[in-house]
Amino acid sequence: MGQLTSREREFAAAILVAMAIIGIAMAAAGRSDALGVHGAIVVLCSLGLLFFLISRAFGPEPDTARITRYYDDPIKVGVAFTLFWAIFGMFVGVWAAAQLAWPSLNFDTAWASFGRIRPAHTTGVIFGFGGNALISTSFHVVQRTSRARLADQLSPWFVLFGYNLFCLLAVTGYFMGVTQSKEYAEAEWYADIWLVIVWVTYFLLYIRTLARRREPHIYVANWYYMAFIVVVAILHIVNNLTIPVSLSHAKSYTIWAGVQDSMVQWWYGHNAVAFFLTAGFLAMLYYYLPKRAERPIFSYRLSILSFWGITFFYMWAGSHHLHYTALPHWVQNLGMTFSVMLLVPSWASAGNALLTLNGAWHKVRDDATLRFIMMAAFFYGLSTFEGSFLAVRPVNSLSHYTDWTVGHVHAGALGWVALITYGSLYTLVPAIWKRERMYSAALVEVHFWLAFAGTLIYVFAMWNSGIIQGLMWRTYTDDGTLTFSFVDTLLAMYPYYIARAFGGLLFLMGAVVATFNIWMTVREVPVASGERKDDIPLAEAMPEGVATGAAE
Amino acid sequence: MPELVHRKLERTAIGFVLAIIVAASVGGIVEIAPLFTIDETVENVDDMRLYTPLELAGRNIYIREGCYACHSQMIRTLRDDVERYGPFSLAVESKYDHPMLWGSKRTGPDLARVGGKYSDFWHVAHLTNPRDVVPESNMPAYAWLARTPLRLNDLGAHLAALRSVGVPYTDEMIENAARDAFGQAVPDSEQATGVTERYGEETQVSAFDGVTTRVTEMDALVAYLQVLGRMTKAAYQNTAAPEQVPNPND
Repeated sequence: MGQLTSREREFAAAILVAMAIIGIAMAAAGRSDALGVHGAIVVLCSLGLLFFLISRAFGPEPDTARITRYYDDPIKVGVAFTLFWAIFGMFVGVWAAAQLAWPSLNFDTAWASFGRIRPAHTTGVIFGFGGNALISTSFHVVQRTSRARLADQLSPWFVLFGYNLFCLLAVTGYFMGVTQSKEYAEAEWYADIWLVIVWVTYFLLYIRTLARRREPHIYVANWYYMAFIVVVAILHIVNNLTIPVSLSHAKSYTIWAGVQDSMVQWWYGHNAVAFFLTAGFLAMLYYYLPKRAERPIFSYRLSILSFWGITFFYMWAGSHHLHYTALPHWVQNLGMTFSVMLLVPSWASAGNALLTLNGAWHKVRDDATLRFIMMAAFFYGLSTFEGSFLAVRPVNSLSHYTDWTVGHVHAGALGWVALITYGSLYTLVPAIWKRERMYSAALVEVHFWLAFAGTLIYVFAMWNSGIIQGLMWRTYTDDGTLTFSFVDTLLAMYPYYIARAFGGLLFLMGAVVATFNIWMTVREVPVASGERKDDIPLAEAMPEGVATGAAE
Repeated sequence: MPELVHRKLERTAIGFVLAIIVAASVGGIVEIAPLFTIDETVENVDDMRLYTPLELAGRNIYIREGCYACHSQMIRTLRDDVERYGPFSLAVESKYDHPMLWGSKRTGPDLARVGGKYSDFWHVAHLTNPRDVVPESNMPAYAWLARTPLRLNDLGAHLAALRSVGVPYTDEMIENAARDAFGQAVPDSEQATGVTERYGEETQVSAFDGVTTRVTEMDALVAYLQVLGRMTKAAYQNTAAPEQVPNPND
């Protein structure tokens, strides 16, 4: 705020007023619909921000030297959003898991039933927690590796608040029953349109910042962030083409039908995993791992191979979700083939990461933050192997529709996405708040073991339940009839559902510990004396080609 | 040499973005575009019927409550799937489904052919409290559906929106959407006759939730569940060449 000029403040106020007007229109048109509630939420959010803006609008003009420094304020707010969504999303996840074992935990209310809180968990964790972590770290990484300040003052805030408004509309919508039922893309048409606006702004900000870079080459992490931003936009638009019932209805009908819709959905769904949950977080890996280990990336050529392999192959692999269905056979087989090939670029990145640690293994033992990152790379390798394996038709026939798939995505979500995020946050937080260190190294250690144990319990419970259920479904008696009724197989699941809820609870406790530790770091830890090596302000006088550690 | 080419590419942000778009587009185009042109994607059958407004409203409730997260609607070409649930699903059966609800998880059983398997009374009891009829069930109770009146007045707009994405609803169907929804759930009413005229003789007109005077969300959801797998008889006539089903004894 203090860094915005009065002209930028006026422009921000104009945007907020325009949004409030749109919100009022939504509230009026959709007054007999969930759309009206969302209109009210838009109005409240924009007016709240507007009051905050006005209360500070008459502060002093920022000094002109701000342009020569990195712009870290939006990152700080982004970290706070990340921590909030982590706890919210994981809490709802534990609750949903508990409902599968004890169905009365919805307390007989519609909004709290499993079908409505399940997408709130998915969106809260993937888009709330993961998305905010990606946006915050991308703002950090692109500035450091380009040695350039973000290209704009206002649009970072627009991206951040706009994105969180999308998450808020999505999650509150699910509680009210607003969903288009497409996996990983459940928000309705108006939230989707809003996300497109936010995302295009994000893309323009990112590419303009890259254009200002003082490094001749674009650093590897930025390739991944770029692929994440660009391809997610393509996926999102194609998958979400819908016709709303009317402008006063939250409900819409997707333009794709039946078998085509299923293919578009999984083309999107699997690539949301590829370009949101893999490429984006690989960008974190390629910056924070060498940073923390203080070693260069093991191989530049492996980085190239892995990047283009992932960008090209992943797009083909989505149809492996539709084995043995009414989708034409050739598409199923193509999906399987490319899924198997995908193992090569995936393991190129996982191997590149682990080999980077050669000669730094003693640090992994002593530094829990680096251990977070190392374990994330390990789980990345594990889940991509499992992913290729599960795409093989006979394996898929056993695993599909069972908890095996749930276990697989959580090995990725908990073991890869969440661990790399926390490893990155523990590196990022002291850096942008310019603290010497985290508040408590012991608490980082506690978090690591809670997260690790929680992941293992969760994943093993789901592997067991999935394989048992899959096998029970296809067991025959000697007479050639099915041995088990569906309910028999459900009954066998209960112990695993309880174990899963316990594993999730451990993971949630870890997230609470992390939030406390980061909060105390910002509050209590003294500011580091002197500039950090990686935080040398961008200076016009800086000689070309001087490596700042991060860029090479 | 390739390394040198890449070193050049790394120096231009726009070039890099274009390269990403090209690399990422190929797979999707190759796999998706032909699905709209190749004749074999969706079978041609004559008896495929449309959802009535009441069934459509039920389908929307099914979506709203997230039922798809636990129940699939896709019977695979696997022996145990077919023996447990019925003939495997054909593409034509979800031809008018915007969006499809094939699902990816079976915490509960597949519902692709649940229509007609149980009585309306069973469905109402099951939705009111699943454990009354299936003691082991972990499904949430939806008793409140029977207490919630169905919103009828905008069903015509729903049908019109579906027509704009390719479902062949007629003007007459759109005009009478609210009447037909009422009539289907209130068999003795004068509106009831129009439903079978417009949607076919086999349309089930019934007091789904057991109350014959009003239309609730329970009526709509049960009407939808009762039509699943009964939109066409194609799957029972072996129109498509069956895939070789793996022998479990191998």
